[in-house]
Amino acid sequence: MTMNKSGIYIHIPFCLRKCPYCDFYSLSLNESCAEDYVNALVSHIGSYKGKSISVDSVYFGGGTPTSLPAKLLVRVLDAVNDAFCVDDDCEITVEANPCTVDYEYLHELRNAGFNRISFGVQSACDNELEALGRLHSFDEAKNAVLTARSTGFENISCDLMIGVIGQTQDSLCKSIDELVKLPINHISAYMLKIEEGTPYDCDAVRKALFDDDVQADMYLLAVAELERKGFVQYEISNFCKGGKRSRHNMKYWKLDDYIGFGPSAHSFFGGKRFFYSRDLEGYIKDPLSTLEIEDENPDKLIEYTMLSLRLCDGLDVGHFKKLGGDVSRLEKLASDLCFSKLATYNEGILRLTPNGFLVSNSVISRVLNI
Amino acid sequence: MNQENIRNFCIIAHIDHGKSTLADRILELTSTVALRDMEQQLLDNMDIERERGITIKARAVRLKYTADNGENYIFNLIDTPGHVDFNYEVSRSLAACEGAILVVDASQGIEAQTLANTYLAIEHDLEVMPVVNKIDLPSADPERACNEIENIIGIPAMDAPRISAKVGTNIKEVLERVITDIPAPKGEENAPFKALIFDSYYDQYKGVIIYVRVKEGSIKVGDTIKLMATGAQFQTVEIGYMGATELVPVGELKAGEVGYIAASIKYIGDTQVGDTVTTIENPCVEALPGYKQVNPMVYSGIYPADGAKYQDLRDALEKLALNDASLSFEPETSIALGFGFRCGFLGLLHMEIIQERLEREYNLDLITTAPSVIYKVTLTSGETLYIDNPTNYPDPALIASAEEPMVEAHILAPSDYVGNIMELCQQRRGFFRDMKYIEANRVDLHYDLPLNEIVYDFFDALKSRTKGYASFDYELKGYAKSKLVKLDILLNGEMVDALSFIVHADNAYSRGRRMVEKLKENIPRQMFEIPVQAAIGGKIIARETVKAYRKDVLAKCYGGDITRKKKLLEKQKEGKKRMRQLGSVEVPQEAFMSVLKLDE
Repeated sequence: MTMNKSGIYIHIPFCLRKCPYCDFYSLSLNESCAEDYVNALVSHIGSYKGKSISVDSVYFGGGTPTSLPAKLLVRVLDAVNDAFCVDDDCEITVEANPCTVDYEYLHELRNAGFNRISFGVQSACDNELEALGRLHSFDEAKNAVLTARSTGFENISCDLMIGVIGQTQDSLCKSIDELVKLPINHISAYMLKIEEGTPYDCDAVRKALFDDDVQADMYLLAVAELERKGFVQYEISNFCKGGKRSRHNMKYWKLDDYIGFGPSAHSFFGGKRFFYSRDLEGYIKDPLSTLEIEDENPDKLIEYTMLSLRLCDGLDVGHFKKLGGDVSRLEKLASDLCFSKLATYNEGILRLTPNGFLVSNSVISRVLNI
Repeated sequence: MNQENIRNFCIIAHIDHGKSTLADRILELTSTVALRDMEQQLLDNMDIERERGITIKARAVRLKYTADNGENYIFNLIDTPGHVDFNYEVSRSLAACEGAILVVDASQGIEAQTLANTYLAIEHDLEVMPVVNKIDLPSADPERACNEIENIIGIPAMDAPRISAKVGTNIKEVLERVITDIPAPKGEENAPFKALIFDSYYDQYKGVIIYVRVKEGSIKVGDTIKLMATGAQFQTVEIGYMGATELVPVGELKAGEVGYIAASIKYIGDTQVGDTVTTIENPCVEALPGYKQVNPMVYSGIYPADGAKYQDLRDALEKLALNDASLSFEPETSIALGFGFRCGFLGLLHMEIIQERLEREYNLDLITTAPSVIYKVTLTSGETLYIDNPTNYPDPALIASAEEPMVEAHILAPSDYVGNIMELCQQRRGFFRDMKYIEANRVDLHYDLPLNEIVYDFFDALKSRTKGYASFDYELKGYAKSKLVKLDILLNGEMVDALSFIVHADNAYSRGRRMVEKLKENIPRQMFEIPVQAAIGGKIIARETVKAYRKDVLAKCYGGDITRKKKLLEKQKEGKKRMRQLGSVEVPQEAFMSVLKLDE
């Protein structure tokens, strides 16, 4: 694993407006604060200078990174280039809200080296976008994608939400149809889930949401439709064309190293898991004062099982055994899972099917007997 | 004090007819309890007793009363449990008295329980003194109540005191009547010592305290007592009488008196209710009549919901048994539920009370199995077995005949509900004996019923079919031949021993059907489909399926934050703790409970 290169994650904790279902760390944009924050990031990143850490992925997530002026994002990217050994073919992704970008903005990012962009499109139906509290219409999203393509972004990803209030099987299919017509090669399709403490965390919304059976049906429909349109599933929620997986996200699931910067950014580096707390002010003053160790010595078996079963590549029983997994338990479970069409088991690889992904929590706890 | 000035009596009443309230008023009027110590319903001092309005343990209190004739009297009021489960205890309390105050609610009239206990009192040659209570209620009809007493019980009641214990009307009259109507005790003071144990309890410092009624002779501190049934001997350390709030040592008890003896007794099992106490110094020859060993009628498995709490459960049961000689328990193992105890109870109420006390006073989370009666099975080999646990029911091929315990039941209710009650008794395999009109619109239905049919939920079903107007009492009547089968429940093809039970062959199908339906409702959907089956022998008679669930909560792993996922797994693990893992199936505690109340 030491041969694998690291990923860099930069968290931009600002949004124009907070979406009611989202619980990622983000505040409403305050321009002067944004400058201070970028300064803090740049100096924090600079502290890694001289360590010769090879990097083949940089990811700007949020929040909404594109809520910042392009030149600030470029300053941060420059700092990364300066502090780390960044590969020539490094994947450099920025998450974007369709209503925050225009041609000039995207052009500036592309010129600075960003080569992948991920748009929070969510749906092609405006009533659903409204229910989600999004600021953009689908037409705006479509324009943003086309503009990005015209500025030279070849790797474009779009988010799609499954189980939105008001969504139907037909409208979901329509969203997929519209998305795949765009010049994109990656789709992340998430099921709407109520997160604690968000405005969506209330009885009215809970009542309006589909029950688990309907959500499951919608998920399966989305998987089938996407596959039919040439988007191959490679993870529970991720699909790509032409093998263009998200290199960055793969690092999380393959247990590769990644270093996060910014409040709420997580890292897995040097065998430890750590993060910076959700405290923008504290981070601006001194990033290290907000550092928290999450796990000094993560359990490799649990993490491998948990993460490998997210992927269509599946769990390698040989590796599972090497980490101390109970193979006879696994094989007995595998045959039950195969019988129920929740998994396939071939040549020592256990792979969940889309039906199996839906119950992956239960599968994982059974595999690990926890 | 001269025996002429002692009166020993108890109060008999149906639930809610005002027994405890009358006792409170009497205590107040005799200034036995200072007003500031007065708490509502002083004699019922367990929480459960107060909440349910029932008396579980007998209690006694000595009162001093100066009568209108200027003489001083000692009253010993012995409070008896009212419920049929404690029939034997009631009979021993009655045997300690010369008379009983029969309290009848002026608006309700006579109920089944009143009747049963009054007959018991008359059987013990007690003078029954009727009192009509609750005359303050708008619906009160004292005339009717008196008529009922005369017609049904056959004792004069027209001059019965008409009182309101609640507001305190005519309580004085009751006390005066106790003196004139209830005979004084007549025991030979110089005869060998002979006393009846009517209750006992364990005190942390003094050991077992026994409550006695001295029939003959006398006893003083230092005498060595002998308990005639168990043969155990102890030297008395303290002797006295029961004050309203504390024990009052006096050093000596004489014929006719009621009091307590402490003799450093360690095990309550040595002090059986109904046993005779005598002294080594002056022993009597013959024990008092009426003693019997009480045997449990209903058995149930009690398991800690969390297997790690087994020792806690044992400790709690031991503590409860210190004060309850009729509670029996022994270790039992179930494949489904792990380690627990097979517990024997006097009846359903006794069982519920014990379970409730374990949960409340000892803070335990329990899983209980369906209550079972004791079946008598004769094998083809001629051997006779008594089965109190369905798991031990023999292979049908080895059984020559099977018998089940029967009860003789009286149900008193307004005549409007006769149809509903008969239908219920029919369903419960009742054998109709007769029906009497107590008055124009109230009947006494007399049935023989299998005990097995009433231990589940009979009283609840009866109440719901009579809008709560029916009262019910029964006594055990021996065994009768029956077509019994053992019904097994299978989850995912595997038998769950804790859910097996014995049932009459004719009811097996419908009960099996309801069982699997209830289980289906109460077992959450899981990763795999779960067949829920009921079977007799190897034959499946009912099946339901718990469908597999389609989706569990998915966690994003955005931004490399995999703690979310770990937390979810942790949460899932917590949820599992409340489940029992039976093979590949997770069964929540509620599922075991749900099958106990099939009528709901």
